[in-house]
Amino acid sequence: MSSNGKKWFSLNLGAKPKTSGGSCSCGKNSGGCGGNGSHSHESKEPQLTEEEFAAAAINASIGEERTKDGFDQVFDVKMDRRSAFKKLTASLLIGAGAVSTSCSVISGEDSKEKAQIDWEEQFKGNYKLMNDEEKKATVDRLVRSYQLRTGKNISMSSKNAEEDVLFGYAFNISKCQGYMDCVNACVEENNQDRNSQMQYIRIHEMKDGKGFNFDEADDNYYHEVPAEGHFYMGTQCFHCDNPPCVEVCPVQATWREDDGLVVVDYDWCVGCRYCMAACPYDGRRFNWSKPEVPEAEVNKNQHYLGNRMRKKGVMEKCTFCVQRSRAGKNPACVEACPTGARIFGNLLDPESTIRWVLENKKVFRLKEDLGTEPKFWYFMD
Amino acid sequence: MRRLKVFKSLVKDSLDTITHGSRRYHIWMAVLTFVMLVGMYCYAIQLDQGLSVTGMTDRVSWGLYISNFTFLVGVAAAAVMLVMPTYVLKDIDFKQAVLIGEGLAVSALIMCLAFVVADMGGPSVLWHMLPGIGVFNFPNSMLTWDVLVLNGYLFLNITIPFYILFRHYQGKESKSSVYVPGAILSVFWAVAIHLVTAFLYQGLQARPFWNNALLGPRFLASAFAAGPALIILVLAIIRNCTEFKIQDKTIKKIAMVVTVAAQINLIMLVSELFKEFYAPTHHSESAYYLFFGLHGKDALLPWIWTAIPLNVLATVLLTFHKLRNNFKVLFFCCFILFIAIWIEKGFGLIVPGFIPGPYGKIAEYLPTKIEVGVTLGIWALGAFVFTILAKTAIGIELGKLRYKKK
Repeated sequence: MSSNGKKWFSLNLGAKPKTSGGSCSCGKNSGGCGGNGSHSHESKEPQLTEEEFAAAAINASIGEERTKDGFDQVFDVKMDRRSAFKKLTASLLIGAGAVSTSCSVISGEDSKEKAQIDWEEQFKGNYKLMNDEEKKATVDRLVRSYQLRTGKNISMSSKNAEEDVLFGYAFNISKCQGYMDCVNACVEENNQDRNSQMQYIRIHEMKDGKGFNFDEADDNYYHEVPAEGHFYMGTQCFHCDNPPCVEVCPVQATWREDDGLVVVDYDWCVGCRYCMAACPYDGRRFNWSKPEVPEAEVNKNQHYLGNRMRKKGVMEKCTFCVQRSRAGKNPACVEACPTGARIFGNLLDPESTIRWVLENKKVFRLKEDLGTEPKFWYFMD
Repeated sequence: MRRLKVFKSLVKDSLDTITHGSRRYHIWMAVLTFVMLVGMYCYAIQLDQGLSVTGMTDRVSWGLYISNFTFLVGVAAAAVMLVMPTYVLKDIDFKQAVLIGEGLAVSALIMCLAFVVADMGGPSVLWHMLPGIGVFNFPNSMLTWDVLVLNGYLFLNITIPFYILFRHYQGKESKSSVYVPGAILSVFWAVAIHLVTAFLYQGLQARPFWNNALLGPRFLASAFAAGPALIILVLAIIRNCTEFKIQDKTIKKIAMVVTVAAQINLIMLVSELFKEFYAPTHHSESAYYLFFGLHGKDALLPWIWTAIPLNVLATVLLTFHKLRNNFKVLFFCCFILFIAIWIEKGFGLIVPGFIPGPYGKIAEYLPTKIEVGVTLGIWALGAFVFTILAKTAIGIELGKLRYKKK
């Protein structure tokens, strides 16, 4: 059942090579999908396409019975070994499908398609190891699934890292005033759970004259800023070049992309939270319950590795807004910052602002002694 | 074919044995079943609503489950303290006790796996972790090492006693050439499971409280104190409740093991405390939090200040031969030592690792009732499994269960 060339186990219950469109989905009764010749007869080639296989399987299981009734259906059946095997397979598949969807047999076409998508999503592979076609297929499934569930359309990208791009970030401590516009922009852009008030960015309010003393800093303040005698410093995922979180993941559900972004495949994560324990920068967040975003506030411009809707029990984190940065835009926090304290860009481009900052300012990084090589620098005017 | 028949008969006989017993036995099993059901109910709530029903947060992301897991790996590893003298050093004394020890290891490992699964955010996608069909991040992730060694150890500890009991069940002697290689392997394996589990924490540069070279050895020392201490208590109960003969000599020998391990453990504790408090650095904050509290946050103080005196008291009492050889004192010492190490290697190790957080934030952790319910349920599961295994093993060893003896 696993398709060739993949490095993981995948159960394709009649996966459609094309995007879901007008073509019949395999969950349908074969009688209902007219216009496609391959459904009316059993295919003779040894190599069935998946669509044909599904149709054949259903045909094999209930094809004869449609013309007979009652007693005859059960006993008056021609059967050779091949069709017996097919029957078994078909009933297994149908049974498994029924279990996973809880009685889609009597429900409408939509719920059948939904069930089919759920099934394929449950047993798909790790995004990191997918080829572009498979990436596109899963993105299409997710878009369709969202459409079926809410009736709304979203756009989701599976854009890969571009060549000669390595993203980096710089933070100007002199400029930050603690307005937290970046935090709000981040939450809205990245569809973070509103119930638990999950935030990727933490702004630490520090006392003047104490240096970078995180112990006495407050990352959860509710008063007017800038507060007298304080300065502000933001932290988030630093997208380390040598990320400890990636090493420890038992299933490679998190990894460093070629453009330096450390990302998570939310569907592959098993939720063990080992990466959270391994991160020295408090850069990771966990969905302790089902994340909820009011429908009206959902950002519909999404990326598979970025701000698409997450589920209960998986990790997530800052991706430098992969849906924006790979489209040539600045992350939401950079755009939202009213003071210009945040600078983002391509480290491999000698003309970029970030390169200018690194070359002309006295920059430093946090916890450099740990050897994590963060791509997030701090500097002062 | 014959073996299959024998196996069938063994299963039948064992089912027969475990469903019959004294009134006390039935009450015991009923209580365990009830606690397990309560645990399952709590777990169902957790599955439905997510891990938010536990006390864990983004700040303290591992809690009671992982604490118990860590401790129980140690208990499982302790079976080796009995295996080694019996099979490898040919010390007959222990032979009676060793089956019990291995049964204890099996149930401890089952509890370990249950705790890990209970801690997972997505148990429905756990197949991602299976080598072959999932993606197994070996050898980079210590968690994958842990999966391998724990399951390997479980396999060893099921097969060796099973082989011996299977032979005895048929009234035959077990061949040492078959089980001794396995026993020797399991000796090394036991050390491996606990070292690997320690490396799980020790390898994280983000958590200075765990990132110290003594963690692994200290895990071993505490495990070899707590595990055999539990075995002594279990043997004492078995001796009282069944006809199974366990000589005083055996218990005294295990007591010796407990004593030495507890002494080494105490020395390591002193070394750790010295390092943290003689010249405290930024990295000693977790230890400060654990032992004295930080900025008025002191949730762990009652726990650790229960554990340390119990630990010291037990070790001192055990050190004197006269006291150790008095069984009443011995059982008391074993009990308090077990409790002390459960606190120290569980709660006292996992929670302070996260406090203060990477940027000094102190957010305390307190398990919820649901979390406690699941934990108790898993402990009940372990006790249940152990009772079944022990009852069958004792039946066979006493000659009550024999193939074709009706």
